[in-house]
Amino acid sequence: MPWFIKTRSERETKNKLKDDIWVRCNSCKAHIFKQDFINNLNVCPKCGWHGKITAYERIGITLDSGTFKEINETIRPSDPLSFTDAKGPYTEKVEASRKKTGLNESVVTGTGKIEGCPVAVAVMDFRFLGGSLGSGSGEKILLAANYAYDHKIPYILFSASGGARMHEGILSLMQMAKTCAGVARLNEKKIPYISVLTDPTTGGVSASYAMVGDINIAEPGALIGFAGRRVIEQTIKQKLPDSFQTAEFVLEHGFLDMVVQRKNLKETLHKILSYYNR
Amino acid sequence: MERELDFEKPIFEMQKAVEKLKSVSGDNKENFEVQLGELEKKLVERKKEIYDNLTPWQTVQVARHPRRPVFFDYIKNIFTDFIELHGDRCFGDDQAMLGGFATLGKKKVMLIGHSKGKDVEENLARNFGMARPEGYRKALRLMKLAQKFNIPVITFIDTMGAFPGLDAEERGQAEAIARNLTEMARIEVPIITVVTGEGGSGGALGIGVGDVVLMLSHSIYSVISPEGCASILWRDASFSPKAAEALKITAKSLYELGVIDEIIPEPPGGAHTDPQKTAEEIKKVLLKYLKKLSSLSTSKLINKRFEKYCSMGKFTR
Ligand SMILES: [Zn+2]
Repeated sequence: MPWFIKTRSERETKNKLKDDIWVRCNSCKAHIFKQDFINNLNVCPKCGWHGKITAYERIGITLDSGTFKEINETIRPSDPLSFTDAKGPYTEKVEASRKKTGLNESVVTGTGKIEGCPVAVAVMDFRFLGGSLGSGSGEKILLAANYAYDHKIPYILFSASGGARMHEGILSLMQMAKTCAGVARLNEKKIPYISVLTDPTTGGVSASYAMVGDINIAEPGALIGFAGRRVIEQTIKQKLPDSFQTAEFVLEHGFLDMVVQRKNLKETLHKILSYYNR
Repeated sequence: MERELDFEKPIFEMQKAVEKLKSVSGDNKENFEVQLGELEKKLVERKKEIYDNLTPWQTVQVARHPRRPVFFDYIKNIFTDFIELHGDRCFGDDQAMLGGFATLGKKKVMLIGHSKGKDVEENLARNFGMARPEGYRKALRLMKLAQKFNIPVITFIDTMGAFPGLDAEERGQAEAIARNLTEMARIEVPIITVVTGEGGSGGALGIGVGDVVLMLSHSIYSVISPEGCASILWRDASFSPKAAEALKITAKSLYELGVIDEIIPEPPGGAHTDPQKTAEEIKKVLLKYLKKLSSLSTSKLINKRFEKYCSMGKFTR
């Protein structure tokens, strides 16, 4: 083996080892033992910064163990526009994302129990194309709402998304109307719909199902807003404060019921559900 | 001098030739009349040819044409007895979103739309048709009023998008649009939507959940502006023409994707060359669908709307 390849692979192994042991907090920049970070539900033990977690990790810490049954897991993107951008075809991006995450879409849906209460759940996963809302994700979110409707059980939806998926064009935009139509039917049948907004919940997802929960809950520090910070700064020609579009900012302006730490979320959801007198 | 778009140059040149011929022909008219007639015929044909073959990016230019008819023109040219209703009962009266009672033929309707201006001054007053949360909330208030009065709702879409401003975020732009999408799904009167110019993303959809959705032939409707898409996916706004093509934002594409119900033809040369004729075409189609929708019972209407939006999208199972 030539020397330079050997050195490169050695360096990679060393870096990987380092990555395996340490995590750097995005907020306080402290180096944290990865295992401590994971044990603390991907929350910085020093400053309380909430890192992202995967859909299955979320399900694991929210539902009673062994109760989750996934539905519609085979739904995955097609390429209705034959979309190609500077980095190549959409289909390749989807395949790369599927390989990386083991998911078929940006949302995992199913049913399960919270302290014994049956619920339908949808959990978005930011790793899959930035949690973007495409046709397949819209369909899964609608079908989970329909399941809640048919079985008259509460619907809990965790958002983590940059917004509508550009690669499916207008069809992605229409998913906003589609998912909201599902929510609207729950309202009519008086079925609780709880929206949990996690980092980030922006664009078309904030402007559809994420903002119309009977109860809107967010995790601390989550980025929540409609328009992007840069676009707004260009429009109003002034710099926005760091606190702009945080969960706390949105709470202060009246669009959230509460901001709840990840470790307390399950208990909070259970308490709220206990008031549903069906 | 009228502003011309690049691809309109041949049309303008022919128009100049026609004018010239007209001015010369003053004395010996007969000699020129045949020639003039032929040239005018050719002009119409050329206009049609050019406008039938616009690229998506050229269509964007037409949809944003400074002389393209705005909501006020349609109110005037299609409806009678417009009674404007103001305010969202919460915060203010958004001038970028207008609405009120109006009469279409003999039908009483609730009319709502994005309101762009005709010049800079008016555009500043109307925020270029970019509504704030109070605009969307006013629209929803009027839709619920229409439900109470049992009259159909007609919405006109023409906006770059919902206003991306600090105040709009503070007052819940996302919530306002989301609320409209949710409530519109169950409004108990027919809703007809016409995209007349720019259908800019969530700001357009916020009044666009219709039982029937129509588009003028040179309007556009997109999840993101071509410029926005180009700067994100190509990291360079100069790729906007490419993004416009990739996003499939023309009326024809939306019809093929099953998102809209019908394309309303514009006169050759675009809506701005004949606002009156454009209005007549829209009126004809609106009356047709009003009649069609009024025959449905309330429950049928709402179920059909639900199914329409449930069936949107293409994916693999
Ligand atoms: Zn920290």
